[in-house]
Amino acid sequence: MSTQRVVVPDVVIVFAGDSGDGMQLSGMQFAHVSAFRGNDIATFPNYPAEIRAPQGTLAGVSSFQLHFGSFEVLTPGDTCDVLVAMNAAALKTHLHLLKRGGLLILNEAGFDRRYLRLAGYSENPLTDGSLSGYQLIVLNLPQLVGAALADTGLSVREKERMKNMFVLGLLAWLFDRPLEVLEQMVTAKFSARHPELAAANLRLLRAGYHFGETSELLTPRYEIPQAPLPPGTYRSISGNEALVLGFVTAARKAGLKLFYAGYPITPASEVLHQMSTLLPYEVYPFQAEDEIAALCAAIGAAFGGHLGVTATSGPGFSLMSEALGLAVALELPVVVCDIQRAGPSTGMPTKPEQADLLQALYGRHGEAPIPVIAAATPADCFQAAYEAARIALHYMTPVILLSDAFLANGTDLWRIPDPETLPPITPPFATEQHKHNGTFYPYWRNEHGVRPWAIPGMSGFEHRIGGLEKEHITGNVSYDPANHEHMVRLRAAKIERIAHEIPLQTVTSGDLEGDLLLVSWGSTYGAVASAVQECRRQGLSVSHIHLRYLNPLPRNLGELLRNFRRILVPELNSGHLTQLLRARYLVDAHPYSKIQGLPLTISELVELIQATLRHG
Amino acid sequence: MAETLSSPVTPKDYASDQEVRWCPGCGDYAILKQVQTVLADLQIPRENVVFISGIGCSSRFPYYMGTYGLHGIHGRAPAIATGLKLVRPDLHVWIITGDGDGLSIGGNHLIHILRRNVDVTILLFNNEVYGLTKGQISPTSRPGQRTPSTPWGSFENPFNPVALAFAAGATFVARTMDRDLAHLRSVLSRAALHRGAAFVEIYQNCPVFNDGAFFAYTEKESKPENALFVEHGQPLLFGVQRQKALVLEGTVPKVVTLSEEIPPEVWVHDETDPRKAAILTQLMDAPGTGFPRPFGVIYANPDRPTYEELLSEKHQRLSQEHPTDLEALLRGKNYWSVP
Repeated sequence: MSTQRVVVPDVVIVFAGDSGDGMQLSGMQFAHVSAFRGNDIATFPNYPAEIRAPQGTLAGVSSFQLHFGSFEVLTPGDTCDVLVAMNAAALKTHLHLLKRGGLLILNEAGFDRRYLRLAGYSENPLTDGSLSGYQLIVLNLPQLVGAALADTGLSVREKERMKNMFVLGLLAWLFDRPLEVLEQMVTAKFSARHPELAAANLRLLRAGYHFGETSELLTPRYEIPQAPLPPGTYRSISGNEALVLGFVTAARKAGLKLFYAGYPITPASEVLHQMSTLLPYEVYPFQAEDEIAALCAAIGAAFGGHLGVTATSGPGFSLMSEALGLAVALELPVVVCDIQRAGPSTGMPTKPEQADLLQALYGRHGEAPIPVIAAATPADCFQAAYEAARIALHYMTPVILLSDAFLANGTDLWRIPDPETLPPITPPFATEQHKHNGTFYPYWRNEHGVRPWAIPGMSGFEHRIGGLEKEHITGNVSYDPANHEHMVRLRAAKIERIAHEIPLQTVTSGDLEGDLLLVSWGSTYGAVASAVQECRRQGLSVSHIHLRYLNPLPRNLGELLRNFRRILVPELNSGHLTQLLRARYLVDAHPYSKIQGLPLTISELVELIQATLRHG
Repeated sequence: MAETLSSPVTPKDYASDQEVRWCPGCGDYAILKQVQTVLADLQIPRENVVFISGIGCSSRFPYYMGTYGLHGIHGRAPAIATGLKLVRPDLHVWIITGDGDGLSIGGNHLIHILRRNVDVTILLFNNEVYGLTKGQISPTSRPGQRTPSTPWGSFENPFNPVALAFAAGATFVARTMDRDLAHLRSVLSRAALHRGAAFVEIYQNCPVFNDGAFFAYTEKESKPENALFVEHGQPLLFGVQRQKALVLEGTVPKVVTLSEEIPPEVWVHDETDPRKAAILTQLMDAPGTGFPRPFGVIYANPDRPTYEELLSEKHQRLSQEHPTDLEALLRGKNYWSVP
């Protein structure tokens, strides 16, 4: 029987199972092979904070959502076309995502009495008819895996841990993914240390693929054409990886060492891990004793004439508040990345939220303005990091970069930039011109309000800086009232002046005026952009502005906002940007808040836009 | 940055043009003068020296030095210094801290810089009180000490700074005092030359909030009986006529009075012996109880590699073994081209 082939524009697959079922790995590998195949991708890993959460429970389910398609894919998708559920708990927690008629691939062994009880099922959904609205593929994985690995001598437990490879092979067949690319990845992952495991995994991968070919499944085989990508070199990349590469590239362009200090915290630890592998690239990684030390060490490195960077999440970011004030007073170039997660306190450490915006903007003692920029997509973390470093080094200031758990772990297709094409970075190092009658003045500012960077080792430039208020120009300690106000204003003016250099805000999509404007920042970009595009296709008068710069705001933003009758600000917080826009521009902006540790969906935004315009 | 000077520098060349603003009679003046003297003795170029401090009276120190300086935030000087040293191992970095700054709010950073053996010189000015905030107890204040925050007398147990530093893994541990300039100078000189984290506790008199806290050790009439000046290779002798000695019976130190010659069982100081150093750091008996308190270099281990050396070794090795090409890094292992 020849299998029917169907061409579809895009597909969303959710891999769900126990934390130990290899769902993240399978998902990542399928994402990579899809990107390699020429599709655009977006992913959303969603896993419990516990390393090995109790097996079979609802709380222990780990999932990986992958959206790949033949157009520009901006989000991991609201719903899925395919759900892989390795046990009853995985089905229960993710079935609501599966479209009616969607493909449901189930591991029969995960639906025995124990698993059903742990998931809270009184009847077995495999047999009670409740899944009749879906295309069902029920696999007896222990048997299929056992048969494929019969002569290997591997234990039952070892075989059990590899079952995800069989499913991956089957999906590769269903969605026409090149098996040899998956084979290469599996080989690369295992063969160095565990050649026997590599061989077994490859066997299962092929067995799954051939199972698709031979088992006469009642499902067509899908083709997803390539996305029309501009010419270039591509790879898939996560937000945290992109962040690291952005900083390494910036330091290289500036001719400086990159000092990175971090204290382990979810979801920022990956940045520390990646930095720690990059010693040959003039990276100086340092695992500090706490986040206070991490930022202080970065400040020390900046005093020494190099780029200081640290990354953390909300709780660590709070610990850094005092040292951020010091960095403002010293006027030294450091970048602090806050990979936001759901708070307050420990909150939900692996779940995304945008509720640190006001802390980033205002969470310090004294008058301490700091540039704040936000990354929009995982791949955009590269540009955001590069830009944060550039601003820090050009303006001798700390810079805050906001990312979140959604961007940090999510992956994107990335068109790799040519470092030559990136803007140059030229720090304002002190020269003899910064001396008057032979004396060096550390706070003698240039036309941008930026002080010169004199570093230890430079003879004749010895100077002392500190947290005490300094006298304008000389930098000597000063308690003079008028000088203090002057210095406060000079520091603020320096940051405000950055608005004259950054690009003017553009309308991300839609007309320059209309009935409704959605304003977003950070990781909600994909969902908001997709929803606005969909509504515009429906003929609705809606536009979208996405902000990269949150401080200083683009000079023309107020003007743009006033061209719309209504302004909605969707955020994963209680309305932080809304407050800022209202206070700053006296516009009647309204929040759309979601504080569930989950990203925004396109459909909820589409409904919001429709409802808002209906009630006009 | 070659360490050669066109003309010899004097202690004055290490002073800044800022007016020194400690209280009259403060022990800090003597320490400032001796640090400047030691730097001149060693002829270290001014531009290669950095003083980093936290908050407190002692932490104003960098402003009075003609070198590079960073007056940081409360307790965090060791963290700032660590970042600086990792990217600039060529610099001579000094940390100036006090008993509140270094042992209370900054205790965590202090133990970690010692544990890591970052090549810095740490001077802890101990006056057993908070001065700048007007006289509250510090982590080294003595039980019974009456202050605005302990009006009925402190009932807290104090830290013993040299024991704490030694336990944290310091490779150089010393104690000295503001009122013995020759001793101060020689200890500071040793500390400055030490390769690794050097910790020096300096008994420093606060004439305003805790005057005379260390007079038992610093004043002519009581000093000989209470202060034991340790020197590598020399017997541990003290007393007005140096007629008393320390001996070790097993792990128990005892005081013996000598008749004429120094008997062979007298404890001869070996600053490289960590076990004996551990015992010396524990001599914290109150003055007048018979046991003296040791001053001088209690422990020195010049052999343990510094944190920067270990990092630099890794940099060199990995840079030879691995590519350093930025384009290759950006591409990663799995990439493809769209024509």
